Amino acid sequence: MDCTGKSQKYTYIAILTLFLSLLLIISSANAVNSEVLVEDTTSAFIPNAPTYVTATDYKYDRGESAIVKWQLSSDDNSTGKITGYEIFRSEADADNFVSIGVVLPGENSFRDKSTENGVSYIYGVVTLYNGRTSQMVLSEPITPGTEIVNWNLLNLFIIGLLIAGSVIFFITHAKRGKKLFIRKIAGLEAIDEAIGRATEMGRPILFIPGINDMDDVQTIAGITLLGRVAKVVADYDIKINMPVARSIVMTVGRETIKEAYVSAGRPDAYSDDMVHYITDEQFGYVAAVDGIMVREKPATCFYLGAFFAESLILAETGNSVGAIQIAGTAMPAQLPFFVAACDYTLIGEELFAASAYLSNEPKQLGSLKGQDVGKFMAMMAIALGVFGATIAEAWGGSFFIWLDEFMHRLFTITN
Amino acid sequence: MEVFGLWLAAFFTLGIISFLYKDNPWYKFSEAVFIGISAGYWFVVSFWDNLYAKFYLGVTANDDYMLFVGAVLGAMMILRLAPNIGWISRWPLAFVVGAISGFYLMNYFSSNVMKQVQNSVIPLFSADYGQSMFTESFGTIAGKIVIAAGTFTGLIYFFFSKEHKGAFGGAAKVGIWVIMITFGASFGYTVMSRMSLLIGRMDFLFGQWLGMIK
Repeated sequence: MDCTGKSQKYTYIAILTLFLSLLLIISSANAVNSEVLVEDTTSAFIPNAPTYVTATDYKYDRGESAIVKWQLSSDDNSTGKITGYEIFRSEADADNFVSIGVVLPGENSFRDKSTENGVSYIYGVVTLYNGRTSQMVLSEPITPGTEIVNWNLLNLFIIGLLIAGSVIFFITHAKRGKKLFIRKIAGLEAIDEAIGRATEMGRPILFIPGINDMDDVQTIAGITLLGRVAKVVADYDIKINMPVARSIVMTVGRETIKEAYVSAGRPDAYSDDMVHYITDEQFGYVAAVDGIMVREKPATCFYLGAFFAESLILAETGNSVGAIQIAGTAMPAQLPFFVAACDYTLIGEELFAASAYLSNEPKQLGSLKGQDVGKFMAMMAIALGVFGATIAEAWGGSFFIWLDEFMHRLFTITN
Repeated sequence: MEVFGLWLAAFFTLGIISFLYKDNPWYKFSEAVFIGISAGYWFVVSFWDNLYAKFYLGVTANDDYMLFVGAVLGAMMILRLAPNIGWISRWPLAFVVGAISGFYLMNYFSSNVMKQVQNSVIPLFSADYGQSMFTESFGTIAGKIVIAAGTFTGLIYFFFSKEHKGAFGGAAKVGIWVIMITFGASFGYTVMSRMSLLIGRMDFLFGQWLGMIK
């Protein structure tokens, strides 16, 4: 019995060993086969090339770029079979293709921004897969050139022409002596009042033209208003102090105040010290102006120009010395601080309108009226565009869809 | 040297902060040092960036002789130091102001007018053709109405050719309300960013300088 039991046991062990060995052999064979299969796939796969490669001159520029387009490779089907496309370029009379860029699968165009005006080029595109490339497909030769007129900006030109035409029309109108109505701007009415206060108190006026240079229209607007302020200052013989952060602003400021004193018939009362440079450094300038405020205690502070983080520091210090403060800027982030801390604030466009309103000169008034025409056009465009787009959305209708698309095209800048 | 620099920075930081109490000699000294150093620094930067890197290297290395136009205009500015011919300095000023106004006209026009109008021309109720009228949430629809109406009434506020009376005045009032609410939001946002500047300075004083913040 024992003998039979033992032989049975050995038989089971032998069968089990045989079975496991068989499994091992089968799995090894499968592994080898699969390795061979993978190896075969990778070594044999060459991606298909893209087709219909075309190159065209990029409009509108000075021959500085070209657009290369192609039809996607038949292997570019979002299954990861290819890794991208490589674009090559050679001058047309040479055969030295150099790589100028690589794009991802699914993309079928490339803008070459390094062409030279008048030079002929041939472009080639290959499909990439893990360092392997398809055959290169070439474009016809092209010669990027200069286009004198950028027709993409025709809409900008026409709208600009309409507004410029309106400005010229109203200037001519004003020069003929016709009266142009401009509504009252609250902050401007206060300028004379503020200067009068300084006269009564016998304390100086502080004029801050912002911290940007003359390449900012806000600084130019501030300097224009300075002309008006300086004229009244010259008439009443008040001290004006204008610390600046830019050397050219200092020169322009001096010229403006000098001219105001000359026109007031008091050139001898003018001094270059009225306008003085401090530093270009933003917070160095702020530290100095704050010091001037607490030491001189100006009766009136003007902040007219481009301001940044210093706006609240200046306005709060001016407030603490009891000055009446008039601010004006077109910096959206700084306007809240001026509105909160100053007595009057010229908001954005009001700063630019201010000089026209104060001067009453035909050129400035006509310019302001012309700009109003531009604003009217913008309002009409928004009203018409929103109406058209909403109706097109709600009920469709070919006319409203056309209107919506037309309004978008009209105000789209493509360069 | 590093420790000296740390103490110097702390000394001047406290000097400037002392202005919160009142104007005092410590503040005056800090102010004068700050202004003097920054003015000198910017002079050196201007010299090396403009006179040397742009003008001198531009002419000698790149043969860009157009730079002489700018150099001559710059030299004309200095002529104001000579009383008899000081009037010549007005020419470069006129050039700068005129050229810049013309140069920026189209830039501002395209960015501030064209794009603003383009982005304001939106359907009020849904985003794409083919969708039903009220597929979007109430918040999105309200946002679109605010964009279109806010821009429209804001423009009315800045319209100077007509007195703000009657319906026109009412629309202008809505416009200034929209602007003021925007300012309020902007105020809060900027105050928070200023707080982070203060925290940065306090972190320097109590952390780097005094070592109280680890």
